[in-house]
Amino acid sequence: MSSARRILVTGLSTYWGARLAQALEGFEQIETIIGVDSQEPRHELERTEFVKVSNQHSLIQRIVRAAEIDTVIDTRMVVNSVTTSPRNAHENNVIGTMNILAACTGSDSPVRRFIFKSSTSYYGSEQDDPAFFTERMKRPHRPATMLERDIVEAEEAVADYSEKHPDVTVTVLRCANVLGPDVETNFTRMFSLPLVPMVLGFDPRLQFVHEDDIVHALEHAALNDVPGVFNVAADGVLALSEAIDLVGKRPLPALPPFGTGLVFAPLRRLGLRIPVETTNLLRFGRGVDNRAFKAAGFSYGYTSRETVAKLGEHLRLEPVMRGHEERYHYEREVEDFLRWSPHVRRGQGGEREGVAADREPLGF
Amino acid sequence: MTPDRTSLSGGREPASDDGEEAAAQLPERRADAGMRDLLPAIEPERRLNDWGRSERVEGAIDRTLYEFFYRYWFRVEVEGVENVPADGGALLVSNHSGALPPDAAMIAKAIREEHSSPRPLYLTVEHFFKGYPGFSMLIPKIGGVAAHPANVHRLLFDERQLVLVFPEGRKGTEKLYKDRYRLRRFGRGGFVEAAMRAEAKLVPICVVGAEEAQPIFAHVNFLQKMTGLIYFPITPTFPWLGPLGMLGYLPAKFKIRFLEPIDTVELGGAEAVHDKALVQTVSQEIRARIQENLHEMVGKRKSVWLG
Repeated sequence: MSSARRILVTGLSTYWGARLAQALEGFEQIETIIGVDSQEPRHELERTEFVKVSNQHSLIQRIVRAAEIDTVIDTRMVVNSVTTSPRNAHENNVIGTMNILAACTGSDSPVRRFIFKSSTSYYGSEQDDPAFFTERMKRPHRPATMLERDIVEAEEAVADYSEKHPDVTVTVLRCANVLGPDVETNFTRMFSLPLVPMVLGFDPRLQFVHEDDIVHALEHAALNDVPGVFNVAADGVLALSEAIDLVGKRPLPALPPFGTGLVFAPLRRLGLRIPVETTNLLRFGRGVDNRAFKAAGFSYGYTSRETVAKLGEHLRLEPVMRGHEERYHYEREVEDFLRWSPHVRRGQGGEREGVAADREPLGF
Repeated sequence: MTPDRTSLSGGREPASDDGEEAAAQLPERRADAGMRDLLPAIEPERRLNDWGRSERVEGAIDRTLYEFFYRYWFRVEVEGVENVPADGGALLVSNHSGALPPDAAMIAKAIREEHSSPRPLYLTVEHFFKGYPGFSMLIPKIGGVAAHPANVHRLLFDERQLVLVFPEGRKGTEKLYKDRYRLRRFGRGGFVEAAMRAEAKLVPICVVGAEEAQPIFAHVNFLQKMTGLIYFPITPTFPWLGPLGMLGYLPAKFKIRFLEPIDTVELGGAEAVHDKALVQTVSQEIRARIQENLHEMVGKRKSVWLG
C-alpha cells in the first residue's frame, strides 16, 4: 500500500496533534492535512486546515468522505489523569475513540490506514509484572485506575475495528513516559521539583521516550505500512534514582512504602496534582520491550538516558529563557487569509521559523 | 484508591514457585534470533543495566560480605565448575535451604572465583520481594530478577546469560531441620520448559552445608500473620537477635558441586516444549540426580563444620 496522502489528525489542539501536523507539513507527498478538535489549536500551523468539531461521528464521517481521507491519525488519548476530570477523560478516551472509529467505518469509507496513539499504562504496574512487557502480553491484573481502564477499553475498540476491517492498516503505538522540553507530563513536572519524591525503600525501573521520537514514530506509522501494536519506548530502562541523578536533582525518599495511596489522597485535597496511576509506578516501575517497532524499521533519536539528560539540560536553561517566547493565538480570519487568499505567495517558505520536525524526514 | 498489593499487607497468595501460571503470557518464540540484534546497546556511561543491576553495589557487597562468608565463614569448596558453559544461555538448577538462603550468593561467588571465564549470574527471586521496601531496592542491584517466565526467557534466549533457579521455591526454604537434604517437589517443571524454549543448557547444582548454616526448628503461624512476613521461622538466631538474626548463619562447611549439563537442544529444543511427559521426565531426572549427589556428599562428610 502506498504511503499516506490525505491525512486527518484528531486532537489538533493537543500537544501531539499539533506537533504531528507540523511535522507532516514538511512532507511534500502529503497533499492534505486536516486537523479536527473541539478547541482551537495552540500551535502555529502552515498548511494544515483546522475544522472545529467535537467527537461527533457523523460530522467527522462527512469530513472524512468529503476530503477523501486515506489516513486517520488519532492522537487524542488522555494519559494523565490530572489534566482533566475522570469523566472527561472517559468521554474522550472511550466514547471519543468509538466515534472516530465509527467515522472510519462503512463499505465506501476512503480510510485505508488508522493510527492510534495509546500508552504503556495499558500494561499497568504491579508487583508480579515481567521486567519487559512485549506487545502480546496482557496486563496480569485488572486495571487499577479509571484511566487505565479507559485505555484498555479504547484499545479493545481499536482491536475490534482492526478485526472487522482487514483492508485497513491499523497501527497502535503504546508510548512510554514522555519527556522533553516542550511537553508537560507527570514526570517532567516531577523532575522539575527541587527535590524529587521517591517511595521509601523502592527504586522503580522506568523507561522514557523523547517527545521528538513520539512525533517521528507517528510519522513513521503514517508513511510506512506497519500494521500491529507496538511499544514506543527508548532503549534502556533506568532506575528512578539514576534518572534523578541524570537531571541533576536530589531524591527525597519521603513517601511511605505502605499506604502510599492513602497519603496521596489528602495531598491531592491540598491541591497537589498527583495522578493516581503513579502510585504503583513509583513502587514497581515498568519496562517494555521496544524491539518490535525497531524491527518495523523505526530508529530512535535518543536513548532513555539521553532523554533524561536532555531534560536536565532544559531544566537548567529554563530560568534563563523564561518569558522570551511569544505565545501563539489562533485567529481564524488570519489563518484563512494565509491559506486561501490569492494574494499570498505560497510555497516559498520562510514565513514561519523552523517549527517542523528538527530532523530529516524519515525514510524518504 | 487502589489497595496496596504488598505481601506485607496481608495473606496474598504469592506467585507460584517458578511462576508457571503466567506461562500463557510468554512471548512467542521468534523464529529468527535476529531480534537479538535489536536489543538496546550497552551504554558505558550507565552504572546500572536494564534489569537494574549495579556493578558498583554488587562489587561492594562482593568484596566484603560475600568474600567473608565465602572464604572464612563457609570455606566454600567447589567441584565441577567447568560444567557451567563459558558462553550462551544456561539455566542453573539448585537445591535450596535456609530461612534467608545463602546458597544463591555462594553459587554466584563460586562462578566468579573459580570459573575460567567468570560470568555474572542472575538469581531468580519471588515476586513478593518487589513489594518489600528495601529489598525491592537492593535485590535488583545485586542481580536478582523476578521469577517470571518472560524474564527468564529474555535472559536465557535473548541476552544469553546465566540464570539460577530453585525449583523447590519457598517449599525449600520453609522446610525444617529434620527434613534436611530431602528435596521438595520441583514445581511443575516450569524451569525445564523455560530452558527448552530458550534452547539453553540445564546445569544441576548440589549445595551441601546451607541446611546446617541456618536450620529452621519451627514456624510460628500466628507471628507470621501478625508480621505479614512470608513465614516466621525459629532459627538459632531469629527472632532472638531481631531482624539481623536473619543473617545469623552458623559456620557450616559449604560444598558446591556442579553436575554435567543437559543439552535441551538434544531433547528436541523449543519444538518439544509442549511435550508435558518429556518435561516432567527431565524435571524428575534432574531432581533425582541432585538428590543422589546430595546423599553421596552428605555420606562422605565427616563433620558438618569441618567437612
